[in-house]
Amino acid sequence: MTFELILFYIFGAILLGAALAMISVRNPVHAALFLVLAFFTAAAIWLLLEAEFLAIVLVLVYVGAVMVLFLFVVMMLDINIARLREGFAEFLPAGLVVAAAMATVLTLVITRFITMEAPERAAADYSNTAELGAILYTEYVYPFEIAAVILLVAIIAAISLTMRRRPDTKYVDPATQVKARREGRVRLVSMESVSRDAQKNKSRPSKSRQDESSQDKNK
Amino acid sequence: MITLSHYLVLAALLFSISVAGIFLNRKNVIVLLMCIELMLLAVNINFIAFSFFLQDLAGQVFVFFILTVAAAEAAIGLAILVLLFRNRSTIDVQDLDAMKG
Repeated sequence: MTFELILFYIFGAILLGAALAMISVRNPVHAALFLVLAFFTAAAIWLLLEAEFLAIVLVLVYVGAVMVLFLFVVMMLDINIARLREGFAEFLPAGLVVAAAMATVLTLVITRFITMEAPERAAADYSNTAELGAILYTEYVYPFEIAAVILLVAIIAAISLTMRRRPDTKYVDPATQVKARREGRVRLVSMESVSRDAQKNKSRPSKSRQDESSQDKNK
Repeated sequence: MITLSHYLVLAALLFSISVAGIFLNRKNVIVLLMCIELMLLAVNINFIAFSFFLQDLAGQVFVFFILTVAAAEAAIGLAILVLLFRNRSTIDVQDLDAMKG
C-alpha cells in the first residue's frame, strides 16, 4: 500500500462521511458546514490528481464564495426546521434503496470494465496553471468568453431578482442630483440701483405709509 | 497502486449519496440545492480523474466551465429562494403549488 493510496483512502473516507452527514443532519447550517468539509477534501483529492489550479479554485470560489452565500441565505431566512424535517423517515427507505442500487450498479460496471494504471507523475517544473492557461486562452477562448457572459447574466439576474424599492425610505436619485444645474436653482433678478442717500429720503415718507397700511391690516 | 477505478468508485458513491439526499430532504429547498452541488462535485471528480489518467487537459477545462455554471446556478437559485421566502414565508417544496403542477 503506497503513501498515495493511504492519502486517497483518508480523504475519500472524510469526503463520503461529510456527504453522509450533510444529507442527514437536522440543521441546514450544519449541512452547509459539512458541505464545506466535503469541498476541502475533494480539493485534496484533486491535488492527488495533479489538478492544482482547479483544487485552489474549488477552495477559493466554492468555499470562499458559493458556500458563504449559502450560509448567508440559510442564516438570513427564518426557517422552521421541525416542519422541514417531516417525512424524513417516510422517504428514508426509498432513498436508501435507490442510492444503494445506483452505487452497486455503478461500482460493478466501473470495477469490471475499467482498468487503467496511473501514468507517470509530471516533472517538478511542470506548471498545471500555465498549461491550463495556454489552452484556455487559445483553443477554448470562445467558451471562456461565453462563461464570462454567463457570470454577467448571473450577476444581473441575482440583483434584479432580489432588489426591491421600499416606499418609506428617503431616497434621492443620483441621476437627478447629477442633472441639477445652476439655472434650476438660482434666479437672477434685475433691479434698478438706488443710492443710499436717495433711499433714506425716500424711506421716511414711505415708512409712515407702511405703518398705516399695517394698522389697517390689523383692524 | 492507485487506479482510475478508485476515483470513479469514489465519485459514484458520492453521487449516490447526493441522490439519497435529494430523496430524504425533499422539503428543504436549501439542502436540495446543496445536494445538487454535491452531485456536480462527483461529476467533476470523474472529469479530473479521466483528465489525469488520459493525460488530456480538456477534462480540466471542462471542470472549469462546470464550476462557472454551477456558481451562476447557485447565485440565481439562492436569489429565487430569497424572493420565495419573502413572498410566501416558506421554503417547503410542497407549498409551491401556485401553478398546480
